[in-house]
Amino acid sequence: MSERGTTTTDEQETRAGKFGAYGGQYVPEVLMPAVEELADAYERYVLANEDGFVDDFRARIREFGGRPTPLSRAENLSERYGFDVYLKREDLLHGGAHKLNNALGQVLLAKYMGKERIVAETGAGQHGTATAMACAYLDMPCEIYMGRTDVNRQRPNVFRMRIHDAEVNPVDVGSGTLKEAINETMRDWATNVEDTHYVIGSVVGPHPFPAMVRDFQSVISEEVREQSREKLGELPEAVVACAGGGSNTMGAFAAFAGSASLPGAPEGTHDPAPDVDLLAVEAGGSSLGVDESEGYAPNSASLSTGSEGVLHGARTKLLQTEEGQIVESHSVSAGLDYAGVGPELAHLVDEGRVTPVNVDDDAALEAFHRLSREEGIIPALESSHAIAYLEEYEGDGPVVVNVSGRGDKDLDTVIEESTARDLDAAPSMEVFEE
Amino acid sequence: MTRSEIRAAFEDGPALVSYVAAGDPSVEASKEYVEALVDGGSDVIELGLPFSEPVAEGTTIQNAIKRALNAGMTPDAYLDLVRDLDVDVPVVCMTYYNLIYQYGESEARSASENASGDEPRASGGPEEFVAAAAEAGISGFVVPDLPVDESGPMYEACREHGLDLIFIVAPTTTPERLERMLDRTTGFVYVQGRLGTTAPATRSARTRPRPSNACRTPTSRRPSASASRRASRPARSSPAARTASSSGARTSTSSPRAWRTTCPRRTSPTASNRSPRS
Repeated sequence: MSERGTTTTDEQETRAGKFGAYGGQYVPEVLMPAVEELADAYERYVLANEDGFVDDFRARIREFGGRPTPLSRAENLSERYGFDVYLKREDLLHGGAHKLNNALGQVLLAKYMGKERIVAETGAGQHGTATAMACAYLDMPCEIYMGRTDVNRQRPNVFRMRIHDAEVNPVDVGSGTLKEAINETMRDWATNVEDTHYVIGSVVGPHPFPAMVRDFQSVISEEVREQSREKLGELPEAVVACAGGGSNTMGAFAAFAGSASLPGAPEGTHDPAPDVDLLAVEAGGSSLGVDESEGYAPNSASLSTGSEGVLHGARTKLLQTEEGQIVESHSVSAGLDYAGVGPELAHLVDEGRVTPVNVDDDAALEAFHRLSREEGIIPALESSHAIAYLEEYEGDGPVVVNVSGRGDKDLDTVIEESTARDLDAAPSMEVFEE
Repeated sequence: MTRSEIRAAFEDGPALVSYVAAGDPSVEASKEYVEALVDGGSDVIELGLPFSEPVAEGTTIQNAIKRALNAGMTPDAYLDLVRDLDVDVPVVCMTYYNLIYQYGESEARSASENASGDEPRASGGPEEFVAAAAEAGISGFVVPDLPVDESGPMYEACREHGLDLIFIVAPTTTPERLERMLDRTTGFVYVQGRLGTTAPATRSARTRPRPSNACRTPTSRRPSASASRRASRPARSSPAARTASSSGARTSTSSPRAWRTTCPRRTSPTASNRSPRS
């Protein structure tokens, strides 16, 4: 082999898109030119604000999305815990979850790039819904892939996507959850790569997705910093966010970690704030660990218990067997039910900047009811994991919890699971049963 | 097997490259299928090592992989199967990077935990699997989710053990990318005839299938004579392959002349055969 082949090795492999040892671009060759084109568009339109793209994004996420979302003191929870609890209300973003920040950003970027069609995967259906909304708003054809299990447990979101005129394609393989939906969306993208943009729904996938999705979501932490200054007069002691793939997590953490770069941020909101603890709450499911023989993990705690590997375009932490087969994850919350996690989060955990913790299904369900009863806010089951962690938090506050979405989509699951578990916190629904 | 044996398979004109998912439906059956394919004229065998997330495969091979995994196929069982094969053609391992990367990873990981703070790349990596594959008799690798950009450690490991690393040239590949691939490719170049995944078209590409951009566009550096000998193009499953395995069979034929003169469409009959539009 030529010398050239070896001498270019290092420069090729230290390109953008690595977070320590994590990240990269592990995708089939057929997708590489599209990934490179997207990386170029990310650098020009997002990082350099070419053609005023970021100004356009910021204006639209304000007007269409309803930003900024409030940072509200949770009076009753603060009393319960004896320290100040503030809720970042992403559940109030248009569509009912933080997902619109990224979906609107990417669909708009696809427009700027001249793409003609959008595909996306969805787990809980929140990203699919946000993408369908953004596509309706920006007049783009849209196809969503969703695992069959998720189609069944998140029906309201399936109807919302259809009502926005998106095609919804159920995926029947495997456990029929997010992992299979991503596989199938990658296959569609590989088939239609020339005119199609894949709006990935989290800080996962090949570069530039993890960085780009983080930057679109960083409006969350940018606002938290500004609002903390006004309401707390200081930065919070800790920021708590749930972590599945990790988009609301990175959105809530990025400005504090100093890792995001979205032009137009208010002065100082992206300076590293090393004194603010960043807590990523993973789904502990029914128990931690991996059942090797069954290829199953009864949790989705890849940061807490996973090991390094390569999945869906990136090197990151994964739930896998010793041989490297990816296992089926589990969480009562569809949006956290994923065997991987964003590569930057894996890196920040290794660096000690982010602390991974986890709460189990029961604790999340109890937190769902607690926030609904005590604060009048029905949180998504994903966000309920972050709220549940307050029970274990040992600091003095103030603590900011990212309420990444609202829980309307989860009502059927919550009623069913609460009844099955005989949770004290759950209201009785008996009189309404047929 | 050595590198020269894969090249040799292409030296007398078109070569038939056949794919079988190892362990579908059993190790014993795979051994029979592979030997039958070789008896039937296959010049190179692509033996798939099943991975749980086969993102580059269509439904036929996805299902084959699922059956193989359910039947208990593992990387070690795969290497045992390769050792047992009684064939005189090169066997190429087709799999995804995570399996290569994880092989022997558990020992490497505990070692790196002891030396915390060191370069993280020290843990895991392709070296152990490539060494074990070379010992078992594998001649080369096709790794669909390992583009040339990320192939450094794999390339080094293959070079060290004398195995070929075969890259896939896609219809979307640019001349610049083709040059980088040719710098690292040995054995043959796998030319993907159409957009999408393997197996019969179950979904329609919305764009017209066509040969690689890179092939159509003159490059500053023409594929070398040796590169020419490595050219291959995918073909539809041959009757032989279908006989051997009713599912999960994929064949590719390869012609050295095709590369020089035919990257353009006349020499990609397979591309149009496989196209939903033709």
